[in-house]
Amino acid sequence: MTGFAAIIAQTIRLSLAGGGALVGLVFFLALVAIIPFGVGPDLNLLARIGPAILWIGVLLASLLGLDRLFGADNEDGSLDLLILSGEPLILIVLGRALGHWVATGLPLIIAAPVLGLMLNLQPIALLAVMATLLAGTPAVSLIGAVGAALTVGLARGGMLIAVLVLPLVIPVLIFGVSATQGAVSDPEPFRAPFLLLCALTCAALVAGPVAGAAALKAALD
Amino acid sequence: MTVSHSIQETADAANYPAIRLAAVDLDCVRGDRTVFAGLCFVLERGQLMAAVGPNGSGKSSLLRLIAGLLRPAGGSIGLSVEDPDSDPGTDTDGGLVHYLGHLDGLKRQMSVAENLRFWRQLYGGERPVSLDHVCMIAGVGHLADVPVAILSAGQRRRVGLARLLISPRPLWLLDEPLSALDADGTELLGQLMARHLAAGGAIVAATHQDLPIAPDRTIRIEGGRGMLVAAEGASQ
Repeated sequence: MTGFAAIIAQTIRLSLAGGGALVGLVFFLALVAIIPFGVGPDLNLLARIGPAILWIGVLLASLLGLDRLFGADNEDGSLDLLILSGEPLILIVLGRALGHWVATGLPLIIAAPVLGLMLNLQPIALLAVMATLLAGTPAVSLIGAVGAALTVGLARGGMLIAVLVLPLVIPVLIFGVSATQGAVSDPEPFRAPFLLLCALTCAALVAGPVAGAAALKAALD
Repeated sequence: MTVSHSIQETADAANYPAIRLAAVDLDCVRGDRTVFAGLCFVLERGQLMAAVGPNGSGKSSLLRLIAGLLRPAGGSIGLSVEDPDSDPGTDTDGGLVHYLGHLDGLKRQMSVAENLRFWRQLYGGERPVSLDHVCMIAGVGHLADVPVAILSAGQRRRVGLARLLISPRPLWLLDEPLSALDADGTELLGQLMARHLAAGGAIVAATHQDLPIAPDRTIRIEGGRGMLVAAEGASQ
């Protein structure tokens, strides 16, 4: 268990020291800031599409640090040593994914309501966005870790990770945004999509590390 | 000398189970190319085996096969714990091996001590070794708080040697252990290897230079064939 905790702590440490977490935050800010220039100063429209923009922004910003998640380990030889440590490969992948979520996902969740103000979101919508992000972004990190593990030996894996991961996180996006809409407008439900979002995260928690471990093992040869 | 005295202490702390490494008709294929075929050897506790041969002959691949990082294309390689009274529940695939590859596995942004602490947490062991002690033995005691990014190749190699000491594991796989080490470092490596063997460990070293201590057996890989050279000493 100390090994698992050490992997999480090291992942957080490296993301913060390497600036990956900050880059994601700045990217998120830039993305949300240019949307009003694109769609025009229609406050009602911005309030309606705001949750979706925040969610897409968080998704894209989460992808930024993924190529380093196992790529750095592969380059400096840590991957071999991690595998030989005797720590289960599944826990190694899970630790890296959780570390990525803490270092990249959490700051984005905290920043989301602040940026939501720029999009004319109501307080209830801000709260709903935060809640759905909190429930859904772990799934993004876990699925992202699988993509990172699959592309570990490739020289320019970053782009490929986005292509691999984005289609897989579409369900997360759908339920995240629809739960937020449900919280804001009355006839639509909040509970059902939110619970489905939690279910997706639980499923990713189980399947992600297994798939990631298999991908890393395949990448060794 | 305080340093060799300290080495003595660490080695005594280690109580290795008796291991046996056996390869039967081992084939290695990388890409479409057969690197070597039909390799047979047995290595037991207290023995040092040197793998020699020209560049690209498959010395590193042999080490990775032993570590389980590569799958053999044919034949078998097995590492087993022979000691019947050592607890049978312990892992036999990952927990027995220290691997010193040509990549050092150190994070550039983190300091020497942070890197070693991370590996100590992962490589575990019931009795944690003092990091200061290990750094002092490896001759990097004064560098503990320095980021790895500014270390020289030789200093990083010494940190790699320190990593071998953070937890007792019976089989050391050393890939070109002498590269980048100075005369002092070579002597240190010799001492560490001797202590490890005396404590009942085993070592496989891939090298094209003479090792600081004479190997018990030498395997020469050349032209796709592996030959066990019975005589001690790599020079033949």
